Amino acid sequence: MPELPFELPPLPTIQQVIFVMIAILTVLGALVVVLARNLFHSALGLVTAFFGAAGVYVVAEAEFIGVSQVLVYVGAISTLITFAIMLTRGMMFGATSPRNRQSGTAAMITILIFLVLTALVGAIPWPQAGEPIVEGQAIIAGLGRSFVNEYVVPFQLLAMLLLVALAGAIVLARDRK
Amino acid sequence: MNWSDALIQFQYDLGAPQELSWLIEGITYFIGAFILANAALVLALLLIWITRKVVSRIQDRIGPNRVGRYGLFQTVADAVKLLSKEDITPSTADKVSYLIAPVLAVMGVLMALAVIPFGAGLVGADLNVGVLYLVALGSIGIMAALMAGWGSNNKYALLAGFRVVAQLLSYEIPMVLAMLAPVLLVGTMSMQGISQAQSLYLGPINLGLGWFIFLLPGAFLIYFISALAEAEQTPFDLLEAESELIAGFHIEYSGMKFAMFFLAQFLNSFFLGAIAVVLFLGGWQGPFAGQIPLLGPIYFLAKTFFVYVVIQWVKGTFPRVRVDQMMSFAWKVLVPLVLALILAQMIIMKLPTPMWLNYILVLVANLAVVVAVLNILGKYFQREQVRSKRAFEPKSLIGVMQPARPASGD
Repeated sequence: MPELPFELPPLPTIQQVIFVMIAILTVLGALVVVLARNLFHSALGLVTAFFGAAGVYVVAEAEFIGVSQVLVYVGAISTLITFAIMLTRGMMFGATSPRNRQSGTAAMITILIFLVLTALVGAIPWPQAGEPIVEGQAIIAGLGRSFVNEYVVPFQLLAMLLLVALAGAIVLARDRK
Repeated sequence: MNWSDALIQFQYDLGAPQELSWLIEGITYFIGAFILANAALVLALLLIWITRKVVSRIQDRIGPNRVGRYGLFQTVADAVKLLSKEDITPSTADKVSYLIAPVLAVMGVLMALAVIPFGAGLVGADLNVGVLYLVALGSIGIMAALMAGWGSNNKYALLAGFRVVAQLLSYEIPMVLAMLAPVLLVGTMSMQGISQAQSLYLGPINLGLGWFIFLLPGAFLIYFISALAEAEQTPFDLLEAESELIAGFHIEYSGMKFAMFFLAQFLNSFFLGAIAVVLFLGGWQGPFAGQIPLLGPIYFLAKTFFVYVVIQWVKGTFPRVRVDQMMSFAWKVLVPLVLALILAQMIIMKLPTPMWLNYILVLVANLAVVVAVLNILGKYFQREQVRSKRAFEPKSLIGVMQPARPASGD
């Protein structure tokens, strides 16, 4: 093989290739959310973006968060949003323009937030995992243990919040006779 | 030995260079996925044949018997017919969701294959969140049905789409909680781990009969009922109630696009049966499965086909429930019972009593749940029977009719 006059950049690993593909999918989904002329299509774009986020988690070897993402966001929240859209008559068919006079401001704020977040991600020295992950050992076991030890109060508070929301929904939906 | 390790080793033995390990791994998993996905599609042909045979036997008919031996190729003929049909897209349909929905429906079902352990070392990916993964896949099916219902631009399809979401979301809760029972017992969500935990050693020999159904019959019953609803099988096939919704959310679909929904439904009932086998019926465990590894997949498939036939048996036996019955059964019977069951199991497993006593207590709690479910169903059916009999009696007699009294004086 003849010597090249310049040095080849290292080949991307398979994880990087997959990550870039998932990232493109996620960004496309997010763009559909804000640009689609049909509200239902926006909801579908949102589902795509949620899936992409789950894919990013899986690539980062956090299967539990990835699966939970699909379960909570795709399974529950997207269905809720879709339902809300489908039940709102007039929104179902026909185009609604996603643009109004504030889109310029919104775009500027979005770009600013993006820049700040990127700078933050680059600037923060992220803590590394203390010990290497052992193959086959369930990470969720540790997660579960910390839920009932260190984080028991926030965990219970969240459960309480959900319960209150549930009771509230029932009170609102009940027939008042 | 894991199948992927074996396949990778085989490729190295053929002379594949070590530097391309990522490519070899990719090829290995591609081969695995390719075989599984295609086997599932062929399997669907068999499943449809089983359904038609079982249901026709129940109805005192012979069923398909013309094409091929025992009519085995009837489904192939049907598939060819569907392929040759005109592929209609309604002009007012929403193209994107209309076209993606059938693909998504099949995809969501096929993805379940990735974590189903067919034998020792024969599992696509032994995720340590396997059970949760299966639960998450259910949401893809819901999305597909919603997209089909909305995208068809047909009011019956849309109504059916609403029903799908109501039914699937309602029954997902008892199903997931019932799946939690074996997970709590074993302490892992890995499907392979749960299969392995259901062994029963008699000395050094693994009889493989420590199935969780013997310990958790209540959880199994609730899982089975919810799985029937999740698979959209009778008595919960409200989504295609012909008399109310014409055909369901796939009313506007024709040809192969319709066949995709059909395929997804049959495979879904088979896979829900497979999950029942893994969680409650010992997975690939069975007598001597430890000694002869080939027996594992045979046991697994035999059990799964058995569960599938039972599902079809139920389909041939029961009438369809009403929407309100379906909803109130999920929320007023199954959810409270399964919550109580899980809570009881959690507390019992933490009791300082010896392990065997804990297991007996869990069994007692489960039996109580079985009795409660059967009791409630029995009482309900009795009441409904009286009510529907009344409905057919002449209006003028209601309230007048009295049970025959013996004449006084005798």
